[in-house]
Amino acid sequence: MVLKVYGPTFASTKRVMACLMEKEVEFETVPIDILKGDHKHPQFLQLQPFGVVPVIQDGDYTLFESRAIIRYYAEKYKSQGSDLLGKTIEERGLVEQWLEVEAHNFHPPIYDLVIQILFSSKLGFPADQDVIKESEEKLGKVLDIYDERLSKSKYLAGDFFSLADLSHLPFTHYLTGAMNKDYMIRDRKNVSAWWDDISNRPSVKKLLQLYPYLIFGNVLQV
Amino acid sequence: MATAVKVYGPPMSTAVSRVLSCLLEKDVQFQLINVSMAKGEHKKPDFLKLQPFGQVPAFQDECISLFESRAICRYISEKYPSQGNKGLYGTNPLEKASIDQWLEAEGQSFSPPSAVLVFQLAFAPRMKIKQDEGLIKMNEEKLKKVLDVYEKRLGESRYLSGDEFSLADLSHLPNAQYLMNTDRGELFTSRENVGRWWGEISGRESWKKVVEMQKSPPPPSA
Repeated sequence: MVLKVYGPTFASTKRVMACLMEKEVEFETVPIDILKGDHKHPQFLQLQPFGVVPVIQDGDYTLFESRAIIRYYAEKYKSQGSDLLGKTIEERGLVEQWLEVEAHNFHPPIYDLVIQILFSSKLGFPADQDVIKESEEKLGKVLDIYDERLSKSKYLAGDFFSLADLSHLPFTHYLTGAMNKDYMIRDRKNVSAWWDDISNRPSVKKLLQLYPYLIFGNVLQV
Repeated sequence: MATAVKVYGPPMSTAVSRVLSCLLEKDVQFQLINVSMAKGEHKKPDFLKLQPFGQVPAFQDECISLFESRAICRYISEKYPSQGNKGLYGTNPLEKASIDQWLEAEGQSFSPPSAVLVFQLAFAPRMKIKQDEGLIKMNEEKLKKVLDVYEKRLGESRYLSGDEFSLADLSHLPNAQYLMNTDRGELFTSRENVGRWWGEISGRESWKKVVEMQKSPPPPSA
């Protein structure tokens, strides 16, 4: 039975799909329509009790939280595709560190920016300019630290592409695409070079070809 | 004999106490080096070398320097698998994935609203900062929804990830401990399964030791 990934049009799900493509793992997708309330359906809540995407089904096995899913598959398929975890416990420690940085320092402000700028009108509330300003400032400070780190290291965890870099792909695609905030990446020399590198990986380009970003049915150019 | 493992930060910090709890569960000897946040030591150049975001904790072992409490906990569990609680991060890939799933749920769903409440209810009064009632109400509502999911889960499973105490449960201890000392503790105790779970996890010897450390005067700063 092929692995099923729910909610392929959403950024967090793309995190999982990018990992599966790097690991050369086959999967199929199951659409989730948020506007129709698919995610609040009792059947869906059995799979993901918080009512959010993604969730995967691997035969009888289900797993949610994109960063848990990518850790699981990166380990399960360690010997195929790209190595995303490092070769030693210490390298793995650094991957975990920067994956946590993405989750707790990078993700909150960029998520707020995405919701306010791209989704507010569709979700029925006016964009909050104060939140946008504050989130952009917070994100800018985080990216300054990244720029310093990436001046000493080709990728976040070291000289190898890892889950930590991969985890940044989806929301940064939004940032450089429809949100017109490309300058946040381009104005930072090392972040810019890193972004060029990771966003041009063959698996990433293939992912975007097969599964473009859709915002309520409209293709998002990235 | 010099202890290679060092933790930098005050025990009253929720993220620092998360790491201390893990080290005690794993029977790993460590040295705690205080960082006085009141004196702004966490924003000084010497500390920023260890933790560029200016956040506690920072951590060192023989061959590694790490930050992000949940990354540190995972590293400790992988580096010292046969010490202390051997099942803390699972004993097979499926157990580990389930632990990562609930560790991510803690980080993404439980931590944001509970951290706001901890600051507003426990720290703001001490720091003579005016409480924001709107923020408290909003985050209380968010936390209630998360605890409703936990209530259902903990009716099916003794601990979050399965039958055994794990890093996923441990990660909740710091924020929940502070909230239990306020009138919002009833958010936990009014839910039967959550209350039962809280009693079990907070009753562990390792956590009781951490609470003692939080009450003691701080060790010397670096």
